[in-house]
Amino acid sequence: MNARIPISAQTCARPEPEVLRERGQREVFCGLTGIIWLHRKIQDAFFLVVGSRTCAHLLQSAGGVMIFAEPRFATAIIDDRDLAGLVDANEELDRVVGQLLQRRPDIRLLFLVGSCPSEVIKLDLARAAQRLDAQHRDSVRVLSYSGSGIETTFTQGEDACLAALVPQMPPSHAPEPSLLVVGSLADVVEDQLTGLLRELGIARIDCLPPRRARDLPALSPGTRFLLAQPFLGDTARALEARGAQHIPAPFPLGEHGTTGWLMAAAQAFGISADRVQAVTAPARARARRGLERWKPLLEGKSVFLFPDSQLEPPLARFLAQELGMRPTEVGTPYLHRALLAHELQALPEGVRLSEGQDVERQLERCRAERPDLVVCGLGLANPLEAEGFTTKWSIELVFSPIQGYEQAGDLAELFARPFVRRERISALIEEAHR
Amino acid sequence: MKLALWTYEGPPHVGAMRVATAMRDVHYVLHAPQGDTYADLLFTMIERRNKRPPVTYTTFQARDLGGDTAELFKRAASEAFERFKPRAMMVGASCTAELIQDDPGGLAQTLGLPIPVVPLELPSYQRKENWGAAETLLQMVRTLARAPASPDAVPGARLRCNILGPTALGFRHRDDLIEIRRLLDAIGIDVNAVAPWEARPSDLARLPEAGFNVVLYPETAGLAAGWLRRQFKQPHTHTVPIGVQATEAFIREVCALAGLEPEAAIKRCRRACPGHSAWYSASVDATYLTGKRVFVFGDATHALAAARYASTELGFTVVGLGTYSREFAREVREAAAGYGVEPLITDDYLEVEQTVASLQPDLVLGTQMERHIAKRLGLPCAVISAPVHVQDFPARHSPQMGYEGANVLFDTWVHPLMMGLEEHLLGMFRDDFEFHAGAAPSHLGRGASARTAHAAAEPATAHAGESQAPSTASWSAGNPSGEAAIAPEPIVVIEPSSNSTATVKAEPGSPQWAPEAERELGKIPFFVRGKARRNTERFAAERGVALITRDTLYEAKAHYGR
Repeated sequence: MNARIPISAQTCARPEPEVLRERGQREVFCGLTGIIWLHRKIQDAFFLVVGSRTCAHLLQSAGGVMIFAEPRFATAIIDDRDLAGLVDANEELDRVVGQLLQRRPDIRLLFLVGSCPSEVIKLDLARAAQRLDAQHRDSVRVLSYSGSGIETTFTQGEDACLAALVPQMPPSHAPEPSLLVVGSLADVVEDQLTGLLRELGIARIDCLPPRRARDLPALSPGTRFLLAQPFLGDTARALEARGAQHIPAPFPLGEHGTTGWLMAAAQAFGISADRVQAVTAPARARARRGLERWKPLLEGKSVFLFPDSQLEPPLARFLAQELGMRPTEVGTPYLHRALLAHELQALPEGVRLSEGQDVERQLERCRAERPDLVVCGLGLANPLEAEGFTTKWSIELVFSPIQGYEQAGDLAELFARPFVRRERISALIEEAHR
Repeated sequence: MKLALWTYEGPPHVGAMRVATAMRDVHYVLHAPQGDTYADLLFTMIERRNKRPPVTYTTFQARDLGGDTAELFKRAASEAFERFKPRAMMVGASCTAELIQDDPGGLAQTLGLPIPVVPLELPSYQRKENWGAAETLLQMVRTLARAPASPDAVPGARLRCNILGPTALGFRHRDDLIEIRRLLDAIGIDVNAVAPWEARPSDLARLPEAGFNVVLYPETAGLAAGWLRRQFKQPHTHTVPIGVQATEAFIREVCALAGLEPEAAIKRCRRACPGHSAWYSASVDATYLTGKRVFVFGDATHALAAARYASTELGFTVVGLGTYSREFAREVREAAAGYGVEPLITDDYLEVEQTVASLQPDLVLGTQMERHIAKRLGLPCAVISAPVHVQDFPARHSPQMGYEGANVLFDTWVHPLMMGLEEHLLGMFRDDFEFHAGAAPSHLGRGASARTAHAAAEPATAHAGESQAPSTASWSAGNPSGEAAIAPEPIVVIEPSSNSTATVKAEPGSPQWAPEAERELGKIPFFVRGKARRNTERFAAERGVALITRDTLYEAKAHYGR
């Protein structure tokens, strides 16, 4: 139950950009929020948060749960009887899990997800998971990870979840090298990217997380892994600890990001740059066309990114390098320097990187700078709009397919949309602010 | 420990936020870990508030737990005071901070701030959101209310009242307040103060200067009103003015408290706030509403009022009544007994779903969750209560209370049901090609079937695309025609999705349909077809009939009397 500390800084080729580290109120989600996409991604997994009414309320508020008949996540709400020791919390948990598995016989993988209250009362979910796993092994695997706000922000929940899956990946002694793509992507994006990798000539490609828990890929000494998301530091370490090799790469956002990502994989597998150029040429041309459509609207505009998903540095790189925008501040909850080395190098000089958050001070900086666009969470967006800022909800960048060549134009459009909208209803906006 | 797939109420500190956000010049310092700030977006996105809630979260982390989280709280509180300069401060803990027992109230005291500091003890592991709001309002009032120099020293107090209850994130509180102010004005009563809606601490200080209190929502105002009654002998109203009859009972109650003649006041109110619902309900066109079977579920205030309005003003039959407000279970049980139905006191939506499925009402009146339940079961529905959704903050004035509120209820509840003459025609010409089993109801427009297909495809896709986007995208997704939701596919009886065990599934060995019976069923208009199928199957199952024939269908129809 130790705090997850950002992985230690490693030396970069050029001097590290100055980083502003702040401590104060954070306006970010906790790691539980990752459940909202993870439960859709792994289609036979169930996520049981062991927590409070607040956890349940967060998940349903952030996830718009009512849309579906019954989501594959739930909360075992700790009550005062558990806290007062009137009942044994472990027995209670076993009972709730039994109840759940009876309701949902289709579940093959159950995650017990730790929360702030379960961490504070030191409910050992790792041991509970072992116990329940042994008990239900025939029908369902039981694992645990922490999505608590005292340990994780937002996307770190996925990191913790995937790191918990790594020890479960079966060993393989297959001699041929294989590629593991790590990080949740929309299925359509995953198919596009793995399709390109296959075309490059990589025969064996697996994804973590898999779409079904029973398809958890094997790890062999020849496994190399490529991160599709920038927030997977713990997962990367866990994979390395099992002998897999990390392929350092930029992240597949926009044309340059995607090419760099594919190029890194190609290099690791001894595939020539010419081959990459040839295979990707049509898709790159499409990506460029997609970006060109929005570039005139975005070029030269300043953008301030509040911390949210850790996608902020690669997004800022994309906005600057591929659309000519001017990032002023790039906030991120945690800065994984080693994983982001390519992105940080490609950021324009003078960009302020900030790690952690003191939301009040950050708002002061934002107001002083008056950026053309503010990328921020939903708690800040409408208040900033009311102050006259143009904003883009950062959460949409996590819940939309944005990676890869075919989505480059869509990603640009997400940043262009607030400007387009403002332009269309400009007279009304003046009215609304009066 | 309790398994919760979805909850009707948030934790009690969210109730406190609803009070803080409704007020002016107050600030709430909440000892809470990272992530609890999610609650901000309920206000900024669902209610579309243009300011952040006045809440500072201490944001402690695991590494602080061994150290000094108390110091962190004190720093956050003094910085919040410096930055926001509130006139009163609320301090408290969220669920996690409650466990580390830092005593925010005591810590704030040591800061010696020059403003009233109100410590909130909201037990997160026992209580819920509405109680949290009520307790917060009570503590704010207790701390801030000042007795007038002498009760007689305030001239005209009898003709002055306070309005208690409207909060941020309340179900139509904004609009109800406008309507109530209009009524009080027509009666001839001045409003001394409203709390907590837009109240400053100084307004709470003046509360005792009024002759009586108008309690709009007992869930949020009950505790404060009770204390004011005991402390300052300030009586309060008990009637919640939802529906024409309740509105007029409310006017009489107010007149009794103010010493006014009620009948003249009612006349003035009717002139000031014209209502159409009473005449519409009396008109022959509404005859078809008679005896429509309605299921009601919500917070206690709205559920009780809805059952009353449905039964005495629309001529519906209440077939089920329930609430998630356990604090008001007694009142709901009493009312249910009056309707001769079993009360449903629960915060488990699956239990509500099972009840609705077994009752097969003609109309479901509930929360956004019941709207989804009704959608799945192919039943018409209208939303009457929190928990709120972005759709519950319509741009237009849309109160639930007063004469205008009764107009809104009439429209909102009646529109999801079929219109009178059309219903007769549908019954007479069942073979009309537009009513075939696969056709969507014409009043849902051409998009209905496309939307259905889209919705069905949704759960299969990964976290991709806008329809899947949580938060606002899902708040704003769904039924574009307003809160009166109706299923896009009322024809489909119950097609439980593979992961839904809540819906009623065919038991093994359940009766089979003979082709001729299935064809006959297809002739029944779509809006009763699902019910006919279920009733017939139940009828057959109860009698051990293995094969449902055309005769079984009509025997069941005769048995169930429709």
